[in-house]
Formats: sequence, structure tokens, C-alpha cells
Amino acid sequence: MSHATLLPKPSSLRGATLPKWFSSAVAAGSVALGLGISSAAGLHSDIQWGLIAAVLFVVLSYGISAKVEGSRQAKDRTATSLVWVAFLLAVVPLASLIWETVERGVKVLDVYFLTHSMGVVADTEPGGGIYHAILGTLEQVGLAALISVPVGVLTAIYLVEYGRGRLAKAVTFFVDVMTGIPSIVAGLFILSLWVLILKMGPSGFAGSMALSILMIPIVVRSTEEMLKLVPNELREASLALGVPKWRTILKVVLPTSVGGITTGVMLAVARITGETAPVLLLVWVTNYINTNPFKDPQASLPMYIYLQYMNSAGSGAAYDRAWAAALTLIAFIMILNLVAQGIARWKAPKTGR
Amino acid sequence: MDITTQQTTAPPTAPGPAAPADKRAARGATRPGDRIFLGLSRGSGIFVLVLMAAIAAFLTYRASIAIGKNEANFFTSFEWNPSGVPPEFGIAVLVFGTVVSSVIAMVIAVPVSVGIALFITHYAPRRLGGLIGYVVDLLAAVPSIVYGLWGVLVLVPHMGGLYSWLDEYLGWTGVFAWEGGPARSLLTVGILLALMILPIITNVSREVFRQVPRMHEEAALALGATRWEVIRMSVLPFGRSGVISASMLGLGRALGETMAVAMVLSPSFDIGASLLDPGGGTFAQNIASKFNEATVMGQDALIASGMVLFVITLLVNGAARLIIARRKEYSGANA
Amino acid sequence: MAKRIDVSGLNAYYGSFLAIEDISMTVEPRSVTAFIGPSGCGKSTFLRTLNRMHEVTPGGRVEGKVMLDEENLYGAGIDPVAVRREVGMVFQRPNPFPTMSVYDNVAAGLRLNGKHKKSELDDVVEKSLKGANLWNEVKDRLNKPGSGLSGGQQQRLCIARAIAVEPNVLLMDEPCSALDPISTLAIEDLIGELKEQFTIVIVTHNMQQAARVSDRTAFFNLAAVGQPGKLIELDDTERIFSNPSVQATEDYISGRFG
Repeated sequence: MSHATLLPKPSSLRGATLPKWFSSAVAAGSVALGLGISSAAGLHSDIQWGLIAAVLFVVLSYGISAKVEGSRQAKDRTATSLVWVAFLLAVVPLASLIWETVERGVKVLDVYFLTHSMGVVADTEPGGGIYHAILGTLEQVGLAALISVPVGVLTAIYLVEYGRGRLAKAVTFFVDVMTGIPSIVAGLFILSLWVLILKMGPSGFAGSMALSILMIPIVVRSTEEMLKLVPNELREASLALGVPKWRTILKVVLPTSVGGITTGVMLAVARITGETAPVLLLVWVTNYINTNPFKDPQASLPMYIYLQYMNSAGSGAAYDRAWAAALTLIAFIMILNLVAQGIARWKAPKTGR
Repeated sequence: MDITTQQTTAPPTAPGPAAPADKRAARGATRPGDRIFLGLSRGSGIFVLVLMAAIAAFLTYRASIAIGKNEANFFTSFEWNPSGVPPEFGIAVLVFGTVVSSVIAMVIAVPVSVGIALFITHYAPRRLGGLIGYVVDLLAAVPSIVYGLWGVLVLVPHMGGLYSWLDEYLGWTGVFAWEGGPARSLLTVGILLALMILPIITNVSREVFRQVPRMHEEAALALGATRWEVIRMSVLPFGRSGVISASMLGLGRALGETMAVAMVLSPSFDIGASLLDPGGGTFAQNIASKFNEATVMGQDALIASGMVLFVITLLVNGAARLIIARRKEYSGANA
Repeated sequence: MAKRIDVSGLNAYYGSFLAIEDISMTVEPRSVTAFIGPSGCGKSTFLRTLNRMHEVTPGGRVEGKVMLDEENLYGAGIDPVAVRREVGMVFQRPNPFPTMSVYDNVAAGLRLNGKHKKSELDDVVEKSLKGANLWNEVKDRLNKPGSGLSGGQQQRLCIARAIAVEPNVLLMDEPCSALDPISTLAIEDLIGELKEQFTIVIVTHNMQQAARVSDRTAFFNLAAVGQPGKLIELDDTERIFSNPSVQATEDYISGRFG
């Protein structure tokens, strides 16, 4: 085909093209063949026939296309098939993740489940709930936010409004470094300081400190972005009226960006709500309600899931509770995300974008 | 979220015109309110620095206690018995398990993520692309403990068929030999990690692919390039460094992932040739699994291993940011 | 090489918005035809329908016929990729592939078509760069990145890249609008030389440029913003600029609007 196009003859524009339904037909054929081969060979795993079908799809569309349309078109088709296969490869397990969590989670998820603890329920028996875990998660995450938000927002203000020179550069650099700290390492740091050196016991607050190490850099970054969006004309207008800088920041800059900052904080909260590793090291877990985050182990949703799984002894009741808690946790995070995006959208048009 | 990770290397300067106003204000910062406010915000910045220094210092301090008492070679020993007499522990097994599971995750996740990112930006109809992008965003928010639960209760039982298949055709290599135990092995862990880092790599790659200037794509199109050739000639070269740094961010996450690995892997403190048989361990998983029974000495040993993990993730993330920074300069020069 | 373009009853849409309506015209081979008109009149859109680039814009859609000699570009079974091979295009802003060298930029189209023999490529690259009046300036740095050239050189590199695949028609979408006057002059001279071989269609904002380089000029206009653009008249350039047959054309070229 490549040489044909060099000649100015009319037919050169008319490549042999496969019909539009070609890809769907090959896909359907591949799935059928994959199923056929699997059942003929007695393979029972759906992963296998899926993989067979995927390989068949790519190979068949290349082969047929190369024959009919030429190799350039065939390569193009192969790339398209590979992209589709990549998409399906990822979507199937991820859809399964969501589906299984919802399907298995709704079994025991009801008002009773949300309002009772595991106090008198044996691990393998049905019953009980996640009240104590919700309470613990809210307290731990709340405390973490209480530490992180002032530090994070003030640091961002420093970087955007005051920051010049070496100190600002160093802070920026180390905030970057902090974003990459694995959560378990943050847990180990508080462990070494709080537990091993200061000899304090496990508590919700110890967990909150570790969580805030994870949260601070996220808050700094998102707040920084929001502050940078505030137009300089606003700052200058206020300064030109003789308003001191600190009042300008408090009364003009922060109110303008408060929506974005709130969004960032909520996303950061959503991010740390599911953190398990530091909580495992520092807060432990309990089956009872502990309202005091400063003393003794406390439950939390992630640790509740872990505990139900670890102590289930294969019991269906414990697995059901684990799934229900997982669904609650995901729902909580999703709601935070949605509300955060809602706030972002609601507040966004102010800057005229 | 991903946008912020891309912009993290931007210098913290407010856009140009602010500078004179700032100076004016800074010189006039004699008012008590100004001084207090500046002090507070600068103090927070310094707090962050102190915090990082403290993390490094306390981890090093506790780790040095453990390593000082260690009778075995910390880097090569296959033992993990820090509470024994004499205490012996080493990270060789953990290095192996962490590297192997992360490599498997990367091998799977990077091409698939690039594929999905291309699907969203260049192949899917616009509505579908937007919808998928949204779903990927949400999946990035699913906590690792849920991935772990799904991994051990759903994924592991489904892997059996694939494992017997691999054993049948590739078992002779040793790497894919399988004795028929539960599929709670490094391979399954790698696959699960791939799923977990897929959203972040996809998100960043998608942003990069979306930024490819239209005129570069049209240049290729106007030469009579097919869609794939357009991607190969203009999209991939432009996005390459972005994809690399996205992958590094994903790798950083895979290296430090704790709970999902701890739930799925059936650990043992040795290195086996087979990826399919249970066994092995990773840094983070080992800390989570061994912590319960650890004495103070045991905890210090775990902190020592955590130090190593910390350094490794620092290097990986640093490399990722370097690449992003370089890409910025590059694209700036061409703008 | 050069072919005649014969357009009849052409409409182009962005989604449901009709951008240009019912355009019919003939473009003669081995000539330069300029499209002029106020912003938003659809002249660039129309240009992009001539090599089926319009449809790569999301929502882009075309009705009507574009005959390239005997072949309808929008006929059934026509491969748009092959069309773009036959109808080359140069864009408003120079867009060499940033990661490729000067040489690779020129050779890119040939490589796509399966030509990989070094000697063959060398010949075509040299010929094309000479054709684009760029050879003397870049022959010593063929392996340097194309993005390192000046704006005018980059644009001529893009022209070299377009003519390397020996198209029948060369479309130019305001090729000088991002260039300084000296580079513009170089490109205009080049257009005069290229028309010996190619059918050239050029969109321009600059009426003097249209008067300088083109043999025929088409004036496009739109009734109001939001209305589709239309072809008002197409005639010999000399006539358009001296004695147009439509009042709107005269108003436009004499600077009364647009």
C-alpha cells in the first residue's frame, strides 16, 4: 500500500477497510472461543478464559487486519485492541472489588450494626457492630486534623505569602519528602519516640500523631495551590488601603480561598481515614467502646476490618462484619470526596475561572 | 490530587507582581500583629523541618540500638530472631520479597496504566473517558485494608486455576513451580499491588497525555499517520518522562504498602525460588506481622528495617521528582 | 503531481453547530489559492475539510463532496489516513516534532510509509530541505533537534516535512502568522516556487500577503456571530483586489470591517 500511494492513481485513497463491526465481532468470537477452549480443556478459572480470550482477540484482529488492510492498519488495530484489553484487565478486578464489597457488605449492615460494639460478641458468632470503631476513627482522624490543619495551613501561608530564601526552599523540599513517607514508617517514628522513649502506652492520640505526619504535607500542598490562585490584585488592593499584611491574609486571602482549602483538608482526611498500618502499631484495637482517645487502645474501622479477618477462624459471621465495615469505610471516604468536590465546585467560580 | 504531586517542585513563589508588595509589607512588619502572624507561620514551617529531622533522628537512634546488639549481618542474614540469645536478624529476605513483589506490580501496572490513560484520552468516546477517569479517581481513594480484604477473600481463591496453568507450562523454570498450596504468594501480592498502584499511575499519565499540545498530534495526523502512529510519534515521546515519574510514585507506594500485603501473603522468613508457593516477606508486611509479639529489642529491630524502607522510598520518590522537575524545564523551553 | 480540487455542497459542523454552509469551488492545479475573510468565517475549518482533518476535532462532521481529480474524499471506503498522505498540511504555528532531529522530522512521513533505506531517505531529505530553501542553513546540523531552529526555520522545516512525502496538494493554515517579516518573506518566496509542483491553498489574515502570493482568492464571510460561514466569491486575485463583484468583498478588502 505504501508504494501504491506514491502513484497518483485514483484508487490510492481507497484502502481496503474492514467493516466497523469488525472489532466487536472479533471480540465476541474471541470470548466464545475462550469459553469453548476452557470448557473443552476443563479449566474452571474465569481468569484463564478471560486471558485466553484477550490473547485471541489481539492475535485475531492483527492477523485478519494484516491480511486485508496491510501492516500499518494492522499495527493500529493491535494498539487499539491492546488498549481495550488493558482497560478490561483493570476494570474487571476493580469492578469486582466494588461489587464484592457492596454485595457482601450489605448483609449485616443495618442500624443495629452501626450502633453497637463487639463487647459481648465472640469473634466467630454473628451479631455485634462497629459503633466503637466508628467512634475511634472519628476521634483519631479528628485529632489528626486538629494537629495538621493549623500546621499545614500556616506552613502554606508562610511558603506563599512570606517564603523567600533558604528556609522556604528547605521547607518545600521536606514537605515533598514527607509526602513520600510510607505510613508504616510514620508509625514507627511515633513508636520510637512516644512508646519506646517516652514510655507511653497505646492510645488514639498516638495514632493521631502518626496520621498527622501523613496529613500535614497533603494539607500544605493543597493549601499552597489554593493560595496561589488568589489574584495578586486583591492583596495589593487591600495593602494599598493601608491594611496590615496579617489582616490582609486573614481577611482577604484566606476567605477568598477558604473553599479550596476546605476541599483539600477533606480530601486529606479521606486519605488518612483508611490508614491502618500506623494505627496497628500505636492504637491497637479493642472490642469495647473507649471514648477517651488519650488512654488505652481504641478501635477504628480499618483495624476492625483487620481484626475481624484475623480472628475469624474462617467464620462467615466475622467475614460478613469485615465486609460491612469495609463498605462503611468506603462510603464514608466517598462521601467526604463527594462533599469536597461539591464545595470545590460551589466555591470555584469566584476566581473567574 | 495528582496535579498537586506534579506541581510539588514548583518554587513557592507567588506570581511576579506580588514581590514589590511583599517587600513593602515585610519592611513595615513592625506591627505586633504582623510579627505574631509571621512568627506563627514561619514557626509552622520550622516545625515541619524539625519533624523531619526528628523522624530521621529517632529512627536512626532506635535502629542503632538494635543493630549494635545484632550478632548477624544486618544486610545478608536470613534470620529474624532479634529477641533470641544472641539476637540475630537481617533484611536479605525482606529486600528480596519487597523488590520481587514491587517489580511484579510495576511490570503489570505500568503498561496497563498507560493503556488505560491512552484509552481515556485518545480512544474512548469523550463521555465514557470522563466516566472512567472519575471511577479511577474514586478507586485511588479505596483504602489498602479493603484491597487486602478483597485480595485474600476474593482474589486468592480465583488464582488457583491460573497457578496450575503456570505450573503446568512454565513449572520447569522453577520460578513458576507450584506445590498446590493456597495462592498467598509473592505473585498474588504483586498482582494485588499492581491493582492498588494502577489508579495513581493512570491518573498522572492521563494528565500528561492530556497536555500533549494538539499541534504535535496534528503534525503527525497531517502526514498521514494512523492513530497508533500519532501516539507513537507525538504522544508517547512527550509523555515519557511524565509516565516514568508516575511509575516511580506508584513504585514508592508499592514498596511501602503494608496491610494488603500482610493480609494476602502467607509469610515465611526465607527466599524460595518459586513465586507461586507461599512464603517470603516484605519490609512493611514484616513490621506489621511481627510487631504483635515483638519485645522492645524486637521493635527496635523492626524500626531498623523500617529505616531501610524509608531510605529506599526516599530515593525512589526523589528520582520521580527530579524527573518531573526536568520535564518542567523541558516543556517550558518549548512553550 | 498536482491535482484539481472540486468542492460541491460542503457543510461542516462542530457537534450540532453548522460552521460553514454550502460551499462549492474549484481549486486549479499548480496554482496558489488564498482564502481570506474575517475571524470566525470558517476559512480554516474549510481548509481542514480538504484533507479530512476537520473530523479529528471532537464533534467535527462534514457533509458534501470534495473531489480530488476523480476521487471523492468523503466517498465510501476512502481511508482518511491515505487522504492526508496525498494532501499535506502546514499549520499556523510551526510544529516540528520536538523530540526528533531536523533529519528525522523530514523523514518522519517517509518512515511512516515504510521507507527505511538510508540512502533513499538521505536523498529525499536533502531534496525536500532544498525545496523548502532550508538546506543551506541546516545541512551542518541535521542531527540537532528541530525545535532548536528559529521560528521561520521551523516553519520551513514543517514545509519540508510536508513536501517530503510528495503530496498532490499542500494546505497552509496561516503559515506566517507566528513569524517575523523576514521569515514571512522567505516563506512567501517559497510558496511561489512550490506552486510549480503542487496545488497550494493558503489561509491568510493578511490581505497584502494574499495579493502577493496567490493566483486566485476566495473571500469568506459570515452574516453574524453564530451564523455559518459562507463563500462569498472566488476569482482571480487581481480582480478580487481591484474590482470585486460583491460589495461585501470590497468593504472587507478596503478595511471597512473585519
